[in-house]
Amino acid sequence: MVERTPILDGICHAILLAGVAMVCVPLYLAFVAGSLTIEQVQQVPLPWTPGGEFLANLDTAWTKGHFRQLFVNSFVVSCGITAGKIAVSLLSAFAITYFRFPFRMTAFWLIFVSLMLPIEVRISPTYEAVANAALPLQWLADALHLAGAWQWLTGHEVEIQLEWNMVNTYQGLILPLMASASATFLFRQFFLTVPEELCEAARLDGASPMHFFWTVLLPLSRSNMVALAIILFLYGWNQYLWPLLFTTDKDMATAVVGLKQLIPRADSQPAWNVAMAAALLTMLPPVVVVAVLQRSFVKGLVDSSK
Amino acid sequence: MGRASDEGLKRAHFKEVRLPVLLLVPQLGILLLFFFIPSLRALTQAFLLSDPFGNTVQFAGLQNFTELLASESYRNSIQVTVVFTLAQNALTLASALVLAFASDRIIRGKGLYKAIILLPYAIAPVIAGILWAFLFNPAVGPLAQLLHRAGIAWDPNRSGTDAMVLVVLAASWKHICYNYIFLLAGLLAIPSSLLEAAAVDGAKPLRRFFTIGLPLLGPTLFFLAVMNFVYGFFEVFAIIDAVTKGGPAGATNVLVYKVFTDGFVNLDLGSSAAQSVILMAFALLMTLLQFRYVERNVNYDV
Repeated sequence: MVERTPILDGICHAILLAGVAMVCVPLYLAFVAGSLTIEQVQQVPLPWTPGGEFLANLDTAWTKGHFRQLFVNSFVVSCGITAGKIAVSLLSAFAITYFRFPFRMTAFWLIFVSLMLPIEVRISPTYEAVANAALPLQWLADALHLAGAWQWLTGHEVEIQLEWNMVNTYQGLILPLMASASATFLFRQFFLTVPEELCEAARLDGASPMHFFWTVLLPLSRSNMVALAIILFLYGWNQYLWPLLFTTDKDMATAVVGLKQLIPRADSQPAWNVAMAAALLTMLPPVVVVAVLQRSFVKGLVDSSK
Repeated sequence: MGRASDEGLKRAHFKEVRLPVLLLVPQLGILLLFFFIPSLRALTQAFLLSDPFGNTVQFAGLQNFTELLASESYRNSIQVTVVFTLAQNALTLASALVLAFASDRIIRGKGLYKAIILLPYAIAPVIAGILWAFLFNPAVGPLAQLLHRAGIAWDPNRSGTDAMVLVVLAASWKHICYNYIFLLAGLLAIPSSLLEAAAVDGAKPLRRFFTIGLPLLGPTLFFLAVMNFVYGFFEVFAIIDAVTKGGPAGATNVLVYKVFTDGFVNLDLGSSAAQSVILMAFALLMTLLQFRYVERNVNYDV
């Protein structure tokens, strides 16, 4: 603004420095704890300067927590959610903004409704759906008495048992988390701002709808896709409840879930040094993504919440 | 431009019918399997009584709900959730507002401050929880040691109040950045002509903030309060699980944690489903409130 206000500016810098300290001090203390030996970490008071054991603790955590496998899982799951959700959302947003067909508004409202319920409120039924994704087909078969009809037709007795168990699989981790339509609405909003002339010109040139989609719409959406991809990657990497429920096999868990085993329990040796080293390691990929892609990240955050 | 049913359709569009249906299949398929069917199942299960092994099922009407509302532990859980979300909301909004005001005032170093304050967004809630559980661990935590030296008998494993303070701190630490970025965007969107006019009239920066900035931020603050409630109700599961596991003695057993323990640990499916349905109703209410923000926000969009 116009006037000079050195005192207020000083206060503002002090406030922001306090904010920075609020973020950095816990992280610094975690680093200090992660670099000590187990005897040092139990000292009272805790030293305020780091020791030399950080890499050793990281190494212990890496082997003890099976983190090699867990990091692979985390990358597969977060990239799967990101790519899958963006692809599926682009296609459906394209369908509902650029086509006129029967039940267009029904499809729109079906997608719209799914924005309303966070996945956390349907814990046990969604678990059921993952344990046997073929269950709805089974109900259909039961309701239509397919087995009875088959017996009547051919004389053979059959029992229809459909099963598609997705517990401990990547698709079981990815698909339920893709079932939210926020990305569809982001792309829909964006498509509505794309000039009409582009589509008219494409049609005059005789381009097919998919040709228009690939050569015109997709390149235009690139910055929205990047912004959204960052948010979705963080979302996928940081998921906790679903991987915790859906993975009974230790090697199918994600890094964030695996971390839990390293938290010292009341009756065990308080290895907080190893736990803190592992925590810093697990938060590293998303933190790097946000730090490097700061500008797109803010855009994605603000856009995807509208 | 056309009838209400054409809402959201581009004026220039394609006339195919088969193609758009195919394009919608993946999205609607996933939603059907993992959204619509589970939501309907939760609704029906809430009105059924079943034993843990799923052998016998009978219609129970509202019994699950009446039992739930009569149970001491559920009422405790409601109370804990309300205290938690209100405290978290107040702390988060107030800190974010002060930080956003300061960021909006200064010129030098703005980008760096912003980059650092935004970092907790990238950190998983469960990691934030583990971090704070360590800092305030009564035996080894450096911040707990500071409290002990100040003569405060800090022990979140024994005292319910201490445990609540700890989870509120951890949850807010993780969420201030989200509030901050929206408030900062809101402040930047205020037309500079308004602020300049006020400055010419002799209004100092603080006065301008309270008479122009804050009222214009109204819709954003409302939106953030709603989002903080959603966060406090649903997304704190990981923090609670890592830090207190709902204890001590149910002092931090928020609703979403109770759904999980009743359904997956105690295998009381009917009760867990009834709790899901109550949470769904709350989520719907919050979503409707959010749409009010979208409506109002348009009016302020200068």
